[in-house]
Amino acid sequence: MSRLGRVLLGSLIPIVVLVIYAFATRSGLDPYYPSMASISSRFSELWLFERVGSDVWPSMRNLAFGYLVAIAVGVPVGLLLGMVVWLHDLLAPLIDFARSVPAIIFIPPLILVLGIGDVSKVLIIALGAGFPLLITTIDGVRKTDRALLDVARAIRLSRRRTIWNIVLPGAAPSIMGGAQTGLQVGFFLLIASEMVGASSGIGYLMMRAQASFDSPTLWAGIVLLSLMGFVLNLLFLAVRNRIIHWHLAMRAVSGSR
Amino acid sequence: MNDLRQPRLVMEAGSKTYYSRNASKEVLAGIDLTVHASEFLSIVGPSGAGKTTLLRCLSGLMPLSSGRIILDGEVLTEPSPVVSVVFQEYSRSLMPWMTVADNVALPLRGRKVPRASVKARVGEVLESVGLSGTERQHPWQLSGGMQQRVAIARALVTQPEVLFMDEPFASVDAQTRLDLEDLTRRLQQERQMSVVLITHDIDEAIYLSDRVVVLSKEPATVREIIENDLGAVRDQISTRELPAFMERRSHVLGLIREIQHAKAVPAELSTSSS
Ligand SMILES: Nc1ncnc2c1ncn2[C@@H]1O[C@H](COP(=O)(O)OP(=O)(O)O)[C@@H](O)[C@H]1O
Ligand SMILES: [Mg+2]
Repeated sequence: MSRLGRVLLGSLIPIVVLVIYAFATRSGLDPYYPSMASISSRFSELWLFERVGSDVWPSMRNLAFGYLVAIAVGVPVGLLLGMVVWLHDLLAPLIDFARSVPAIIFIPPLILVLGIGDVSKVLIIALGAGFPLLITTIDGVRKTDRALLDVARAIRLSRRRTIWNIVLPGAAPSIMGGAQTGLQVGFFLLIASEMVGASSGIGYLMMRAQASFDSPTLWAGIVLLSLMGFVLNLLFLAVRNRIIHWHLAMRAVSGSR
Repeated sequence: MNDLRQPRLVMEAGSKTYYSRNASKEVLAGIDLTVHASEFLSIVGPSGAGKTTLLRCLSGLMPLSSGRIILDGEVLTEPSPVVSVVFQEYSRSLMPWMTVADNVALPLRGRKVPRASVKARVGEVLESVGLSGTERQHPWQLSGGMQQRVAIARALVTQPEVLFMDEPFASVDAQTRLDLEDLTRRLQQERQMSVVLITHDIDEAIYLSDRVVVLSKEPATVREIIENDLGAVRDQISTRELPAFMERRSHVLGLIREIQHAKAVPAELSTSSS
Protein backbone atom coordinates (compact mmCIF):
# COMPACT_ATOMS: atom_id res chain seq x y z
CA MET A 1 0.00 0.00 0.00
CA SER A 2 1.24 3.51 -0.74
CA ARG A 3 2.49 5.73 2.07
CA LEU A 4 -0.45 8.10 1.73
CA GLY A 5 -2.85 5.16 1.72
CA ARG A 6 -1.36 3.81 4.94
CA VAL A 7 -1.50 7.20 6.65
CA LEU A 8 -5.16 7.58 5.65
CA LEU A 9 -6.09 4.09 6.79
CA GLY A 10 -4.21 4.53 10.07
CA SER A 11 -6.04 7.79 10.80
CA LEU A 12 -9.44 6.21 10.30
CA ILE A 13 -10.07 5.01 13.85
CA PRO A 14 -8.82 8.19 15.61
CA ILE A 15 -11.05 10.28 13.35
CA VAL A 16 -14.07 8.07 14.03
CA VAL A 17 -13.43 8.29 17.79
CA LEU A 18 -13.14 12.08 17.61
CA VAL A 19 -16.36 12.36 15.60
CA ILE A 20 -18.23 10.14 18.08
CA TYR A 21 -16.88 12.17 20.99
CA ALA A 22 -17.82 15.44 19.33
CA PHE A 23 -21.30 14.16 18.55
CA ALA A 24 -21.90 12.73 22.04
CA THR A 25 -20.76 15.88 23.82
CA ARG A 26 -22.29 18.46 21.50
CA SER A 27 -24.75 19.66 24.18
CA GLY A 28 -21.81 20.60 26.42
CA LEU A 29 -23.78 19.84 29.57
CA ASP A 30 -21.86 16.88 30.95
CA PRO A 31 -19.41 18.18 33.59
CA TYR A 32 -16.99 15.27 33.06
CA TYR A 33 -16.97 15.18 29.26
CA PRO A 34 -16.82 18.76 28.00
CA SER A 35 -17.58 19.57 24.39
CA MET A 36 -14.86 19.66 21.76
CA ALA A 37 -15.30 23.40 21.44
CA SER A 38 -14.63 24.05 25.11
CA ILE A 39 -11.64 21.71 25.16
CA SER A 40 -10.10 23.33 22.12
CA SER A 41 -10.72 26.86 23.32
CA ARG A 42 -9.14 25.96 26.68
CA PHE A 43 -6.32 24.32 24.80
CA SER A 44 -5.55 27.46 22.86
CA GLU A 45 -5.93 29.65 25.94
CA LEU A 46 -3.44 27.62 27.91
CA TRP A 47 -1.05 26.13 25.42
CA LEU A 48 -1.03 28.58 22.50
CA PHE A 49 1.20 29.88 23.98
CA GLU A 50 0.56 31.53 27.30
CA ARG A 51 1.78 28.76 29.59
CA VAL A 52 4.39 27.29 27.29
CA GLY A 53 7.15 29.38 28.82
CA SER A 54 6.11 28.73 32.41
CA ASP A 55 4.83 25.11 32.32
CA VAL A 56 5.93 23.33 29.14
CA TRP A 57 9.41 24.57 28.40
CA PRO A 58 10.83 23.94 31.93
CA SER A 59 9.38 20.42 31.90
CA MET A 60 10.88 19.68 28.51
CA ARG A 61 14.21 21.00 29.70
CA ASN A 62 14.08 18.65 32.68
CA LEU A 63 13.24 15.76 30.40
CA ALA A 64 16.09 16.62 28.04
CA PHE A 65 18.61 16.94 30.88
CA GLY A 66 17.46 13.78 32.58
CA TYR A 67 17.54 11.86 29.32
CA LEU A 68 21.00 13.12 28.44
CA VAL A 69 22.28 12.13 31.88
CA ALA A 70 20.73 8.69 31.36
CA ILE A 71 22.57 8.29 28.05
CA ALA A 72 25.82 9.76 29.36
CA VAL A 73 25.84 7.36 32.31
CA GLY A 74 23.90 4.34 31.04
CA VAL A 75 25.85 3.73 27.84
CA PRO A 76 29.43 4.02 29.19
CA VAL A 77 28.59 2.04 32.34
CA GLY A 78 26.80 -0.56 30.20
CA LEU A 79 29.84 -0.75 27.95
CA LEU A 80 32.08 -1.33 30.95
CA LEU A 81 29.83 -3.99 32.46
CA GLY A 82 29.39 -5.61 29.07
CA MET A 83 33.12 -5.97 28.59
CA VAL A 84 34.48 -6.64 32.09
CA VAL A 85 33.13 -10.01 33.08
CA TRP A 86 33.87 -9.88 36.82
CA LEU A 87 32.28 -6.43 37.14
CA HIS A 88 29.21 -7.78 35.38
CA ASP A 89 29.06 -10.81 37.67
CA LEU A 90 29.49 -8.54 40.68
CA LEU A 91 26.67 -6.18 39.73
CA ALA A 92 24.28 -8.32 37.67
CA PRO A 93 22.16 -9.50 40.65
CA LEU A 94 21.82 -5.93 41.84
CA ILE A 95 20.83 -4.72 38.40
CA ASP A 96 18.35 -7.56 38.02
CA PHE A 97 16.81 -6.59 41.32
CA ALA A 98 16.72 -2.87 40.54
CA ARG A 99 15.25 -3.31 37.06
CA SER A 100 12.15 -4.97 38.48
CA VAL A 101 11.53 -2.09 40.89
CA PRO A 102 9.28 0.52 39.25
CA ALA A 103 11.22 3.80 39.16
CA ILE A 104 8.09 5.69 40.16
CA ILE A 105 8.52 4.60 43.79
CA PHE A 106 11.64 6.76 44.00
CA ILE A 107 9.62 9.94 43.39
CA PRO A 108 8.47 10.45 47.02
CA PRO A 109 11.88 9.86 48.65
CA LEU A 110 13.71 11.96 46.05
CA ILE A 111 11.26 14.82 46.49
CA LEU A 112 11.61 14.46 50.23
CA VAL A 113 15.38 14.74 50.06
CA LEU A 114 15.85 17.14 47.16
CA GLY A 115 12.62 19.16 47.25
CA ILE A 116 10.11 19.78 44.48
CA GLY A 117 12.55 21.65 42.24
CA ASP A 118 14.17 20.70 38.96
CA VAL A 119 16.99 18.68 40.49
CA SER A 120 14.76 15.93 41.83
CA LYS A 121 12.90 15.74 38.49
CA VAL A 122 16.05 15.50 36.40
CA LEU A 123 17.35 12.83 38.74
CA ILE A 124 14.22 10.71 38.70
CA ILE A 125 14.05 10.91 34.90
CA ALA A 126 17.72 9.99 34.59
CA LEU A 127 17.21 7.05 36.91
CA GLY A 128 14.14 5.72 35.11
CA ALA A 129 15.50 6.25 31.59
CA GLY A 130 18.97 5.09 32.54
CA PHE A 131 17.99 1.55 33.41
CA PRO A 132 16.69 0.39 30.05
CA LEU A 133 19.71 2.04 28.44
CA LEU A 134 22.09 0.33 30.84
CA ILE A 135 20.52 -3.08 30.38
CA THR A 136 20.29 -2.97 26.59
CA THR A 137 23.85 -1.65 26.34
CA ILE A 138 25.18 -4.51 28.50
CA ASP A 139 23.18 -6.95 26.43
CA GLY A 140 24.30 -5.55 23.07
CA VAL A 141 27.95 -5.40 24.10
CA ARG A 142 27.96 -8.94 25.46
CA LYS A 143 26.48 -10.19 22.20
CA THR A 144 29.33 -8.73 20.13
CA ASP A 145 30.14 -11.27 17.43
CA ARG A 146 33.31 -13.13 18.42
CA ALA A 147 34.24 -13.37 14.75
CA LEU A 148 34.48 -9.58 14.61
CA LEU A 149 36.62 -9.46 17.74
CA ASP A 150 38.95 -11.98 16.09
CA VAL A 151 39.19 -9.70 13.09
CA ALA A 152 39.99 -6.78 15.39
CA ARG A 153 42.81 -8.72 16.99
CA ALA A 154 44.14 -10.02 13.70
CA ILE A 155 44.37 -6.51 12.26
CA ARG A 156 45.84 -5.22 15.53
CA LEU A 157 43.10 -2.67 16.10
CA SER A 158 43.66 -0.71 19.32
CA ARG A 159 41.27 -1.19 22.21
CA ARG A 160 39.81 2.25 21.73
CA ARG A 161 39.16 1.66 18.04
CA THR A 162 37.77 -1.80 18.72
CA ILE A 163 35.20 -0.26 21.04
CA TRP A 164 34.44 2.62 18.75
CA ASN A 165 34.43 0.80 15.41
CA ILE A 166 33.17 -2.65 16.38
CA VAL A 167 31.63 -3.02 19.84
CA LEU A 168 29.49 0.13 19.92
CA PRO A 169 28.14 -0.04 16.36
CA GLY A 170 27.33 -3.71 16.86
CA ALA A 171 25.48 -2.94 20.07
CA ALA A 172 23.75 0.12 18.59
CA PRO A 173 20.52 -1.62 17.49
CA SER A 174 20.10 -3.03 20.98
CA ILE A 175 20.98 0.30 22.63
CA MET A 176 18.42 2.06 20.43
CA GLY A 177 15.74 -0.23 21.80
CA GLY A 178 16.70 0.84 25.32
CA ALA A 179 16.86 4.47 24.27
CA GLN A 180 13.29 4.34 22.99
CA THR A 181 11.97 2.68 26.15
CA GLY A 182 14.05 5.12 28.20
CA LEU A 183 12.48 8.09 26.50
CA GLN A 184 8.98 6.79 27.15
CA VAL A 185 9.79 6.05 30.78
CA GLY A 186 11.40 9.48 31.16
CA PHE A 187 8.34 11.25 29.78
CA PHE A 188 6.07 9.22 32.02
CA LEU A 189 8.18 9.99 35.11
CA LEU A 190 8.30 13.67 34.24
CA ILE A 191 4.51 13.95 34.28
CA ALA A 192 4.16 11.66 37.30
CA SER A 193 6.67 13.66 39.32
CA GLU A 194 4.85 16.88 38.43
CA MET A 195 1.59 15.38 39.59
CA VAL A 196 3.07 14.31 42.93
CA GLY A 197 5.18 17.28 43.84
CA ALA A 198 5.63 20.45 41.82
CA SER A 199 4.63 24.08 41.61
CA SER A 200 4.51 24.23 37.82
CA GLY A 201 4.36 21.97 34.81
CA ILE A 202 1.67 20.22 32.81
CA GLY A 203 1.23 17.43 35.36
CA TYR A 204 0.87 19.97 38.13
CA LEU A 205 -1.75 21.97 36.21
CA MET A 206 -3.72 18.80 35.50
CA MET A 207 -3.78 17.77 39.16
CA ARG A 208 -4.92 21.27 40.11
CA ALA A 209 -7.63 21.17 37.44
CA GLN A 210 -8.80 17.81 38.72
CA ALA A 211 -9.02 19.14 42.29
CA SER A 212 -11.17 22.06 41.15
CA PHE A 213 -13.37 20.00 38.79
CA ASP A 214 -12.01 21.96 35.83
CA SER A 215 -12.50 19.24 33.26
CA PRO A 216 -11.82 21.31 30.11
CA THR A 217 -8.31 22.06 31.45
CA LEU A 218 -7.86 18.41 32.32
CA TRP A 219 -8.83 17.31 28.81
CA ALA A 220 -6.74 20.02 27.20
CA GLY A 221 -3.79 18.66 29.18
CA ILE A 222 -4.48 15.14 28.01
CA VAL A 223 -4.57 16.31 24.40
CA LEU A 224 -1.31 18.22 24.82
CA LEU A 225 0.50 15.34 26.51
CA SER A 226 -0.64 12.85 23.90
CA LEU A 227 0.55 15.11 21.11
CA MET A 228 3.86 15.68 22.88
CA GLY A 229 4.44 11.98 23.43
CA PHE A 230 3.66 11.31 19.81
CA VAL A 231 5.98 14.00 18.48
CA LEU A 232 8.73 12.97 20.87
CA ASN A 233 8.62 9.43 19.54
CA LEU A 234 8.68 10.66 15.94
CA LEU A 235 11.74 12.77 16.70
CA PHE A 236 13.36 9.79 18.35
CA LEU A 237 12.69 7.54 15.36
CA ALA A 238 14.14 10.13 12.99
CA VAL A 239 17.37 10.24 15.01
CA ARG A 240 17.49 6.47 15.47
CA ASN A 241 17.00 5.80 11.77
CA ARG A 242 19.97 7.99 11.00
CA ILE A 243 22.21 6.22 13.51
CA ILE A 244 21.38 2.63 12.61
CA HIS A 245 20.21 3.04 9.03
CA TRP A 246 22.55 0.17 8.06
CA HIS A 247 20.73 -2.18 10.41
CA LEU A 248 17.28 -1.28 9.13
CA ALA A 249 18.41 -1.48 5.51
CA MET A 250 20.14 -4.82 6.09
CA ARG A 251 17.02 -6.23 7.71
CA ALA A 252 14.94 -5.03 4.81
CA VAL A 253 17.34 -6.74 2.38
CA SER A 254 17.45 -10.06 4.20
CA GLY A 255 13.70 -9.93 4.81
CA SER A 256 12.94 -9.57 1.12
CA ARG A 257 15.01 -12.62 0.17
CA MET B 1 66.25 -26.84 -4.57
CA ASN B 2 65.04 -26.92 -0.98
CA ASP B 3 68.16 -25.02 0.06
CA LEU B 4 67.13 -21.97 -1.93
CA ARG B 5 63.92 -21.59 -0.01
CA GLN B 6 63.94 -19.17 2.82
CA PRO B 7 61.89 -19.99 5.90
CA ARG B 8 59.52 -17.23 6.89
CA LEU B 9 57.24 -18.74 9.52
CA VAL B 10 58.16 -21.84 11.52
CA MET B 11 56.15 -23.85 14.00
CA GLU B 12 58.31 -26.00 16.27
CA ALA B 13 56.68 -28.91 18.09
CA GLY B 14 53.40 -27.03 18.29
CA SER B 15 50.79 -28.64 20.54
CA LYS B 16 47.41 -27.37 21.61
CA THR B 17 45.03 -28.78 24.16
CA TYR B 18 41.63 -27.26 24.85
CA TYR B 19 40.49 -27.44 28.43
CA SER B 20 36.90 -27.24 29.48
CA ARG B 21 35.33 -27.68 32.92
CA ASN B 22 35.91 -31.40 33.26
CA ALA B 23 37.51 -32.50 30.02
CA SER B 24 40.53 -31.75 27.95
CA LYS B 25 41.01 -32.34 24.26
CA GLU B 26 44.38 -32.49 22.60
CA VAL B 27 43.88 -31.06 19.12
CA LEU B 28 47.42 -30.44 17.87
CA ALA B 29 50.28 -32.78 18.81
CA GLY B 30 53.86 -31.83 18.12
CA ILE B 31 53.46 -30.16 14.77
CA ASP B 32 56.59 -29.07 12.93
CA LEU B 33 55.86 -26.86 9.97
CA THR B 34 57.78 -24.33 7.91
CA VAL B 35 56.21 -21.73 5.65
CA HIS B 36 58.75 -20.53 3.10
CA ALA B 37 58.95 -17.04 1.66
CA SER B 38 56.59 -16.56 -1.30
CA GLU B 39 55.29 -20.10 -1.37
CA PHE B 40 51.73 -21.27 -1.71
CA LEU B 41 51.15 -23.82 1.01
CA SER B 42 47.93 -25.72 1.54
CA ILE B 43 46.93 -27.58 4.65
CA VAL B 44 44.37 -30.33 4.14
CA GLY B 45 42.76 -32.62 6.63
CA PRO B 46 39.35 -34.03 7.43
CA SER B 47 36.82 -31.76 9.05
CA GLY B 48 37.38 -31.47 12.79
CA ALA B 49 41.06 -32.33 12.35
CA GLY B 50 42.19 -29.06 13.93
CA LYS B 51 42.90 -26.95 10.86
CA THR B 52 41.29 -23.82 12.24
CA THR B 53 43.05 -24.36 15.55
CA LEU B 54 46.36 -24.64 13.70
CA LEU B 55 45.69 -21.41 11.81
CA ARG B 56 44.72 -19.51 14.94
CA CYS B 57 47.94 -20.61 16.61
CA LEU B 58 50.12 -19.92 13.56
CA SER B 59 48.71 -16.42 13.20
CA GLY B 60 49.25 -15.54 16.85
CA LEU B 61 45.53 -15.30 17.65
CA MET B 62 45.75 -18.10 20.20
CA PRO B 63 48.73 -19.33 22.27
CA LEU B 64 50.08 -22.84 21.85
CA SER B 65 50.00 -25.18 24.84
CA SER B 66 53.59 -26.05 24.10
CA GLY B 67 56.08 -25.45 21.33
CA ARG B 68 56.68 -22.14 19.63
CA ILE B 69 56.21 -20.15 16.46
CA ILE B 70 58.98 -18.15 14.89
CA LEU B 71 58.31 -15.42 12.36
CA ASP B 72 61.35 -14.03 10.56
CA GLY B 73 63.64 -15.21 13.34
CA GLU B 74 61.55 -13.92 16.25
CA VAL B 75 59.17 -15.77 18.53
CA LEU B 76 55.57 -14.85 17.69
CA THR B 77 53.24 -14.20 20.60
CA GLU B 78 50.59 -11.97 19.09
CA PRO B 79 49.24 -11.16 15.61
CA SER B 80 51.96 -9.62 13.49
CA PRO B 81 51.58 -6.59 11.22
CA VAL B 82 53.08 -8.50 8.29
CA VAL B 83 50.53 -11.33 8.56
CA SER B 84 46.88 -11.17 7.43
CA VAL B 85 44.02 -13.59 7.93
CA VAL B 86 40.94 -14.31 5.83
CA PHE B 87 38.51 -16.01 8.18
CA GLN B 88 36.31 -19.00 7.53
CA GLU B 89 32.96 -17.24 7.77
CA TYR B 90 33.41 -14.26 5.51
CA SER B 91 29.91 -12.89 5.96
CA ARG B 92 30.41 -12.71 9.71
CA SER B 93 33.87 -11.22 9.42
CA LEU B 94 32.81 -7.99 7.68
CA MET B 95 31.32 -5.07 9.59
CA PRO B 96 27.78 -4.55 8.28
CA TRP B 97 27.73 -0.94 9.51
CA MET B 98 30.70 0.01 7.36
CA THR B 99 30.88 0.54 3.64
CA VAL B 100 33.12 -1.71 1.59
CA ALA B 101 35.78 1.03 1.51
CA ASP B 102 35.67 1.48 5.30
CA ASN B 103 35.86 -2.26 5.88
CA VAL B 104 38.90 -2.54 3.65
CA ALA B 105 40.53 0.54 5.20
CA LEU B 106 40.03 -0.66 8.77
CA PRO B 107 43.43 -2.42 9.14
CA LEU B 108 45.15 0.84 8.16
CA ARG B 109 43.51 2.82 10.95
CA GLY B 110 46.03 3.45 13.64
CA ARG B 111 48.92 2.57 11.33
CA LYS B 112 49.72 6.22 10.70
CA VAL B 113 48.93 5.96 7.01
CA PRO B 114 47.94 9.40 5.65
CA ARG B 115 44.31 9.77 4.67
CA ALA B 116 45.01 10.31 0.99
CA SER B 117 47.13 7.20 0.69
CA VAL B 118 44.54 5.13 2.60
CA LYS B 119 42.10 6.04 -0.11
CA ALA B 120 44.58 5.21 -2.85
CA ARG B 121 45.50 1.87 -1.32
CA VAL B 122 41.87 0.89 -0.78
CA GLY B 123 41.13 1.75 -4.40
CA GLU B 124 44.14 -0.25 -5.55
CA VAL B 125 43.31 -3.46 -3.63
CA LEU B 126 39.65 -3.26 -4.57
CA GLU B 127 40.70 -3.05 -8.17
CA SER B 128 43.06 -6.01 -7.80
CA VAL B 129 40.21 -8.19 -6.50
CA GLY B 130 37.84 -6.93 -9.19
CA LEU B 131 35.61 -4.82 -6.96
CA SER B 132 36.19 -1.30 -8.29
CA GLY B 133 33.09 0.81 -7.89
CA THR B 134 31.70 -0.96 -4.84
CA GLU B 135 33.42 1.42 -2.37
CA ARG B 136 30.25 2.99 -1.08
CA GLN B 137 28.13 -0.14 -0.88
CA HIS B 138 27.64 -2.17 2.26
CA PRO B 139 28.79 -5.82 2.45
CA TRP B 140 25.25 -7.16 2.77
CA GLN B 141 24.36 -5.59 -0.56
CA LEU B 142 26.91 -7.86 -2.27
CA SER B 143 26.82 -11.53 -3.28
CA GLY B 144 28.71 -14.13 -1.24
CA GLY B 145 31.57 -14.25 -3.71
CA MET B 146 31.90 -10.48 -3.69
CA GLN B 147 31.85 -10.42 0.11
CA GLN B 148 34.72 -12.89 0.08
CA ARG B 149 36.59 -10.59 -2.28
CA VAL B 150 36.07 -7.74 0.18
CA ALA B 151 37.55 -9.91 2.94
CA ILE B 152 40.52 -10.71 0.70
CA ALA B 153 40.98 -7.02 -0.15
CA ARG B 154 40.94 -6.15 3.55
CA ALA B 155 43.64 -8.76 4.17
CA LEU B 156 45.77 -7.42 1.32
CA VAL B 157 45.55 -3.73 2.13
CA THR B 158 48.36 -3.98 4.68
CA GLN B 159 50.61 -5.59 2.04
CA PRO B 160 51.20 -8.74 4.11
CA GLU B 161 54.12 -11.07 3.66
CA VAL B 162 52.09 -14.03 4.89
CA LEU B 163 48.38 -14.50 4.14
CA PHE B 164 46.34 -17.12 5.97
CA MET B 165 43.04 -18.26 4.53
CA ASP B 166 40.70 -20.59 6.40
CA GLU B 167 38.49 -22.52 3.97
CA PRO B 168 37.84 -19.28 2.14
CA PHE B 169 35.85 -20.72 -0.74
CA ALA B 170 33.80 -23.30 1.13
CA SER B 171 30.48 -21.50 0.87
CA VAL B 172 30.42 -19.96 -2.58
CA ASP B 173 29.04 -21.49 -5.76
CA ALA B 174 31.26 -23.58 -8.03
CA GLN B 175 32.05 -21.01 -10.70
CA THR B 176 32.79 -18.31 -8.12
CA ARG B 177 35.02 -20.78 -6.39
CA LEU B 178 37.15 -21.31 -9.49
CA ASP B 179 37.37 -17.54 -10.04
CA LEU B 180 38.45 -16.94 -6.45
CA GLU B 181 41.03 -19.72 -6.63
CA ASP B 182 42.62 -18.15 -9.69
CA LEU B 183 42.42 -14.71 -8.11
CA THR B 184 44.24 -15.98 -5.03
CA ARG B 185 46.98 -17.70 -7.01
CA ARG B 186 47.44 -14.59 -9.18
CA LEU B 187 47.70 -12.29 -6.17
CA GLN B 188 50.17 -14.62 -4.50
CA GLN B 189 52.36 -14.59 -7.60
CA GLU B 190 52.09 -10.83 -8.17
CA ARG B 191 52.81 -9.88 -4.60
CA GLN B 192 55.29 -12.66 -3.92
CA MET B 193 53.68 -13.32 -0.54
CA SER B 194 53.42 -16.62 1.29
CA VAL B 195 49.89 -17.96 1.27
CA VAL B 196 48.77 -20.61 3.74
CA LEU B 197 45.45 -21.99 2.52
CA ILE B 198 43.41 -24.22 4.76
CA THR B 199 40.95 -26.38 2.92
CA HIS B 200 39.25 -29.72 3.02
CA ASP B 201 39.13 -29.78 -0.77
CA ILE B 202 42.03 -31.87 -2.03
CA ASP B 203 41.70 -30.81 -5.68
CA GLU B 204 41.81 -27.18 -4.66
CA ALA B 205 44.91 -27.75 -2.54
CA ILE B 206 46.79 -29.51 -5.35
CA TYR B 207 45.63 -27.08 -8.01
CA LEU B 208 46.84 -24.03 -6.10
CA SER B 209 49.82 -25.06 -4.00
CA ASP B 210 53.55 -25.42 -4.18
CA ARG B 211 53.37 -27.79 -1.22
CA VAL B 212 50.50 -29.63 0.43
CA VAL B 213 50.52 -30.55 4.12
CA VAL B 214 48.26 -33.46 5.04
CA LEU B 215 47.10 -33.51 8.65
CA SER B 216 45.96 -36.58 10.50
CA LYS B 217 43.35 -36.14 13.16
CA GLU B 218 42.63 -36.61 16.86
CA PRO B 219 45.13 -35.24 17.57
CA ALA B 220 46.41 -33.55 14.44
CA THR B 221 49.95 -34.31 13.41
CA VAL B 222 51.68 -33.74 10.09
CA ARG B 223 51.02 -36.92 8.17
CA GLU B 224 52.90 -35.99 5.03
CA ILE B 225 54.17 -32.98 3.13
CA ILE B 226 53.85 -33.24 -0.63
CA GLU B 227 56.03 -31.26 -3.00
CA ASN B 228 53.71 -30.14 -5.74
CA ASP B 229 55.69 -28.55 -8.53
CA LEU B 230 53.09 -28.01 -11.21
CA GLY B 231 54.69 -24.82 -12.55
CA ALA B 232 54.14 -21.18 -11.66
CA VAL B 233 51.15 -20.69 -13.94
CA ARG B 234 48.11 -22.83 -13.25
CA ASP B 235 45.09 -23.31 -15.45
CA GLN B 236 41.75 -24.67 -14.32
CA ILE B 237 41.55 -27.07 -17.26
CA SER B 238 45.07 -28.04 -18.32
CA THR B 239 46.64 -28.17 -14.84
CA ARG B 240 43.91 -30.48 -13.61
CA GLU B 241 44.61 -32.78 -16.56
CA LEU B 242 48.33 -33.15 -15.82
CA PRO B 243 49.35 -36.70 -14.89
CA ALA B 244 51.23 -35.30 -11.88
CA PHE B 245 48.05 -33.58 -10.71
CA MET B 246 46.01 -36.76 -10.88
CA GLU B 247 48.72 -38.85 -9.32
CA ARG B 248 48.98 -36.53 -6.31
CA ARG B 249 45.27 -36.28 -6.05
CA SER B 250 44.95 -40.06 -5.72
CA HIS B 251 47.84 -40.12 -3.29
CA VAL B 252 46.33 -37.49 -0.99
CA LEU B 253 42.86 -39.02 -1.25
CA GLY B 254 44.39 -42.32 -0.18
CA LEU B 255 46.09 -40.68 2.78
CA ILE B 256 42.89 -39.00 3.92
CA ARG B 257 40.98 -42.24 3.59
CA GLU B 258 43.58 -43.96 5.71
CA ILE B 259 43.39 -41.24 8.35
CA GLN B 260 39.64 -41.52 8.54
CA HIS B 261 39.67 -45.31 8.68
CA ALA B 262 42.40 -45.42 11.29
CA LYS B 263 39.85 -43.95 13.68
CA ALA B 264 36.92 -46.12 12.68
CA VAL B 265 38.67 -49.46 12.67
CA PRO B 266 40.30 -51.19 15.67
CA ALA B 267 44.09 -50.84 15.81
CA GLU B 268 45.01 -54.44 14.84
CA LEU B 269 42.89 -54.35 11.73
CA SER B 270 44.03 -50.98 10.49
CA THR B 271 47.71 -51.96 10.48
CA SER B 272 47.05 -54.84 8.14
CA SER B 273 45.19 -52.67 5.66
CA SER B 274 47.86 -49.94 5.44
N1 LIG C 1 37.55 -23.27 21.62
C1 LIG C 1 37.46 -24.63 21.64
N2 LIG C 1 37.29 -25.30 22.80
C2 LIG C 1 37.21 -26.65 22.82
N3 LIG C 1 37.30 -27.43 21.73
C3 LIG C 1 37.47 -26.83 20.54
C4 LIG C 1 37.55 -25.40 20.43
N4 LIG C 1 37.72 -25.08 19.13
C5 LIG C 1 37.74 -26.26 18.46
N5 LIG C 1 37.58 -27.30 19.30
C6 LIG C 1 37.60 -28.72 18.94
O1 LIG C 1 38.84 -28.99 18.35
C7 LIG C 1 38.68 -29.85 17.22
C8 LIG C 1 39.28 -29.19 16.00
O2 LIG C 1 38.52 -28.07 15.65
P1 LIG C 1 38.92 -27.12 14.43
O3 LIG C 1 40.29 -26.61 14.65
O4 LIG C 1 37.86 -26.11 14.27
O5 LIG C 1 38.90 -28.16 13.22
P2 LIG C 1 38.75 -27.93 11.65
O6 LIG C 1 38.95 -26.49 11.37
O7 LIG C 1 39.79 -28.82 11.05
O8 LIG C 1 37.39 -28.41 11.26
C9 LIG C 1 37.20 -30.12 17.09
O9 LIG C 1 36.93 -31.38 17.65
C10 LIG C 1 36.54 -29.03 17.89
O10 LIG C 1 35.36 -29.51 18.48
MG1 LIG D 1 37.74 -25.02 10.47
